Amino acid sequence: MKGDRLFRIVLWIVAGLFSAMMVFMLASLLKESLPSIKAFGMHFLYGKEWNPVVDKFGLLPFLVGTLITSVLALIISVPFAMSIALFLGMFSKGGFWPKILGYGTDLLAGIPSVIYGFWALFFLVPIVRNFEMKAGIVPYGVGIFTASVVLAIMIIPYISSISKEVIKLVPRDLIEAGLALGATDLEVAKDVVLPYCRSGIVAGILLGFGRALGETMAVTMVIGNSNSLPKSLFAPANTMASVIANEFTEATTTLHLSSLIQIGLWLFILNAIVNVIGMLIIKKMEVK
Amino acid sequence: MRDNTGIRLLKDRVFKSIIIIFSFAVIIPLGLILFGIVKNGISAINWDLFTKLPTPPGEAGGGILNSIVGSLILILIAVLLSVPFGIMLGIFLSENKGRFADVLGILVNTLQGVPSIVIGIVAYLWVVKPLGGFSALSGGIALGIMMLPIVIKSTEETLKLIPFSLKEAALGLGASYVRTMFKVVLPAGFSGILSGILLGIARIAGETAPLLFTAFGNPYLNLNIFKPVDSLPLVIFNYSMSPYDDWHRIAWGASFVLVVMVLVLNIIARLRIWRNMS
Repeated sequence: MKGDRLFRIVLWIVAGLFSAMMVFMLASLLKESLPSIKAFGMHFLYGKEWNPVVDKFGLLPFLVGTLITSVLALIISVPFAMSIALFLGMFSKGGFWPKILGYGTDLLAGIPSVIYGFWALFFLVPIVRNFEMKAGIVPYGVGIFTASVVLAIMIIPYISSISKEVIKLVPRDLIEAGLALGATDLEVAKDVVLPYCRSGIVAGILLGFGRALGETMAVTMVIGNSNSLPKSLFAPANTMASVIANEFTEATTTLHLSSLIQIGLWLFILNAIVNVIGMLIIKKMEVK
Repeated sequence: MRDNTGIRLLKDRVFKSIIIIFSFAVIIPLGLILFGIVKNGISAINWDLFTKLPTPPGEAGGGILNSIVGSLILILIAVLLSVPFGIMLGIFLSENKGRFADVLGILVNTLQGVPSIVIGIVAYLWVVKPLGGFSALSGGIALGIMMLPIVIKSTEETLKLIPFSLKEAALGLGASYVRTMFKVVLPAGFSGILSGILLGIARIAGETAPLLFTAFGNPYLNLNIFKPVDSLPLVIFNYSMSPYDDWHRIAWGASFVLVVMVLVLNIIARLRIWRNMS
């Protein structure tokens, strides 16, 4: 029938357009990064200096800032996220408290990132500043540590929800068999559940890491915006995303703008890799 | 063999207690955030907040009418762009198998993972630069691109859940493929797709990063989509980073409005899902 053919053709065209859009996205980022790629080459990646006044741009301070905040956020959030996943995915048998916990994590995932930043600026920063004064560190309040704590709170729901789904994929008979043999819940969790879904949990953590890498607003508001290499965990710094947010509209030279776009390009590539690997692992688990 | 049951049971107890403590510890920051917003936000809520425009820096009073209208314009543009294309791509993914569909699925996941600030750069390069200035249109397009994967995935997943027998019955009665899709399959999945759209709106309503250099912000009321507009998240960002106490107060009020909006959208979306399953 004519209508059917037309409908299928339209679907294929839209699918083609979408793929083309993704290719163009990468292509435009690459094209606009060219001035900065040509000027600095590989040196851009390990250049320690970011100085718009003399048009000298190196990514290293922001790469380090991004990796430290994201890894620290993961270290803080994984114990909490894993506990929630095990509690909701394995131990709880429904009821009031698990429901509250489920709604709570959903709510945490739904709060906009700018509100996390705003809240952290007025609640978390003073607390950290107090702590720093007592510990005898320069009391900035803002800095890598504060940003990591906010990031950790933000990514807990992502890691816990993926891990929970993965834990639920463990066949019920395996768990029951373990329990029937006299194993305690701890032993079942350690020797049956976790080995079965290790790769899926790794994928969940990877996806949480991806979110932390690209998170912009909350980090921009509390990291202190310093363009030099961070000296300590409490020092102000910048991440790749936050430096773009801070400087993009103020960039006056072509090279400055192009260097910021190149940072965006690297963020795009980094996130694409992390996400695709995570998704492929989860897909493989679901098939199994 | 020595009997160590006691130790094993003790370990189990300790393990479970730790799990429960760590799980519910997460409620603490959530409570603190909601408490902070409600405590500081409620006092900022008054008629002026919704009906007045911002005052010049440092002057007390004023409202966020421009941001509320701006947010609505941006969301409207994003929905108009992402919903038709998203639903069509969702249909494509649920109906087709093979290498191209696999690649498309990976591309959708990739897009979902692209940081919002990078989407902002792309919208800047594609729309702001050619048009020669910041605009509501560019912001709406950025938000539309962000919403696209959410609509695609919810459509795909909903349509995959619809029993094949339903489609077979329609086709068996002699309905054409298009008719089957539009009169039988899509209506059956309507509530699922709608809840996906609502969740998508809830997600983009709070996005700030892609708007920084697209919609840009605007202290005046603007309905022209080729001119910059303000939005709720932008006003929260700009006011919270300002040194004025009165602007902080308004930022809390705006946060309260935004959180309530996101919550309500989430609740409606979930109600629909729930109705669909029963």
